[in-house]
Amino acid sequence: MGLARYLNLYVALWKNSVTREMSFKGNFLLWIVVEILWFGLQLCFVSVLYAQTDSIGTWTQWQMVLLVGASNFIQQLYQAFFLTNCTNLSELVRTGKLDFLLLLPVNTRFLVSLRVVDLGAFVNALLAVCVMAFAAMKLHLAPSAGQLFGFAALCVVGIMIHYSLMFILATICFWTVRAQGIVWGYYNLFNIARIPDEAFRGAFKAVFTFVLPVLLVSNVPTRVLADTLASWHSWALLLGVGIAWSVISEWFWRVSLRRYTSASS
Amino acid sequence: MKKYLHVVNVGFQSNLQYRFNYLARTLFSFIPLFAMLSLWRTIYSGNAAAGGHSGFTEAQMVFYYLLVAVVDVFTAVNEDDWQIAADIREGAISQFLLKPVDYLWYRLCLFVAGRIAFVAMAAVPLAVFIFFCRGYFLAPPSGLAFGVFLVSLVLTALLQFFISYAMAMLAFWLLEISTLVFILFAFEYLASGHLFPLDVLPSGIKQILFLTPFPYQLYFPIQVYMGKAAGLDMWRGLAIQTLWVVAAYGLACFMWRRGVKKYSAFGG
Repeated sequence: MGLARYLNLYVALWKNSVTREMSFKGNFLLWIVVEILWFGLQLCFVSVLYAQTDSIGTWTQWQMVLLVGASNFIQQLYQAFFLTNCTNLSELVRTGKLDFLLLLPVNTRFLVSLRVVDLGAFVNALLAVCVMAFAAMKLHLAPSAGQLFGFAALCVVGIMIHYSLMFILATICFWTVRAQGIVWGYYNLFNIARIPDEAFRGAFKAVFTFVLPVLLVSNVPTRVLADTLASWHSWALLLGVGIAWSVISEWFWRVSLRRYTSASS
Repeated sequence: MKKYLHVVNVGFQSNLQYRFNYLARTLFSFIPLFAMLSLWRTIYSGNAAAGGHSGFTEAQMVFYYLLVAVVDVFTAVNEDDWQIAADIREGAISQFLLKPVDYLWYRLCLFVAGRIAFVAMAAVPLAVFIFFCRGYFLAPPSGLAFGVFLVSLVLTALLQFFISYAMAMLAFWLLEISTLVFILFAFEYLASGHLFPLDVLPSGIKQILFLTPFPYQLYFPIQVYMGKAAGLDMWRGLAIQTLWVVAAYGLACFMWRRGVKKYSAFGG
């Protein structure tokens, strides 16, 4: 009953999103172009970096391309499912439209988090896969089924971490109402997810590994794929921190929701 | 003139409302900045010959990104383009067609006010950050270069503003301009030297980029400050930058005139 009902609901939400996107076809395509340009910019940056040197730490050029690809893949999938919804939450609170969602006989967090699907992001995620495949070819990688599974599973963990962290930031709007700036601030963290972990040291590395694990999110799956993982510690850490943040975000959501007093009443 | 000063004043005060937002934005922007510095430091420590092609030493590379952050605080267009586009879409510009206030100058005043407010809010965290990196900060090569740098900084801000203004005018014809703004921004990000100093590029590509206005939106004033554009190069660059400002102003006015002809007021 439960799961099937939610699946049905989600299919309906998808249909809605398709209809919405198709009513602005030009814009839909242009957004894909925008994302491709920014992705190209990052790849261009990699080639500029490796015109100066042969390796960053132990990372070679095509390994870093693999990393940029993986980071983009995770970011695009995150964007496809969650980003618009996270940034919209403060608007729902400000206008009081959240009332309407609270009244529905469905888990509110499910609705708030998954209402809108950004279909263009799937196209860009696919492009990221192509870039990764090309980089893997250049590296002469032949990942085993186990490696591919590990990569995919860790990507899911990465997406859940991005989602949990951003959802916490979005939930701050129950306290300050205008939280959109804070949510966009998180975008800066995406920027460091695609930099090789070996470029960092000291407190910065510790914070962004153990507390806000953005340095693990795409580095660890890439290392699994490129077979450069030093030990199982890092993926266990990624998983552990991921679970911790999911639990915290659910707790924070419940606490925050109690503060909701709707608009104009 | 007095009315425009009033606009600056009001704009400054309304911008201060968002001081927390500005502070948060500045603090958040240090994260990628710091990451960029770490990345380059790792490259230089792994390969001593890394600066051979670009002529940048490790210290200069770090300093370059610090200067980008400083110049950005003073000159970047923040939300002006979105607001202008919204004004057009929602019909708020109708009143300017009746009042003896020019919309372009009105927006320019708001832009200046916004920058003053932003500088005021970002000054403290930025100063702290610079303090920690003080070892990398270099003095400009001469008083003259510093003077030219300041002039160029103003021109940079004007160029950024006029280009964004002209871009926002597209809202007269299009419902959604955010995609186009982001496409332009992507080119600016690369070609203005935001992502890396243009010297690391092959010289052919660099020369092509210098035919566009983009390097004059950020890269040129930094070049002057670092003494990489000196003597004749500096004056020629300044002249070209001035020309681009005039051209962008002309384009902005042209777009406005064409747009107003097309304009039929929201709901009218």
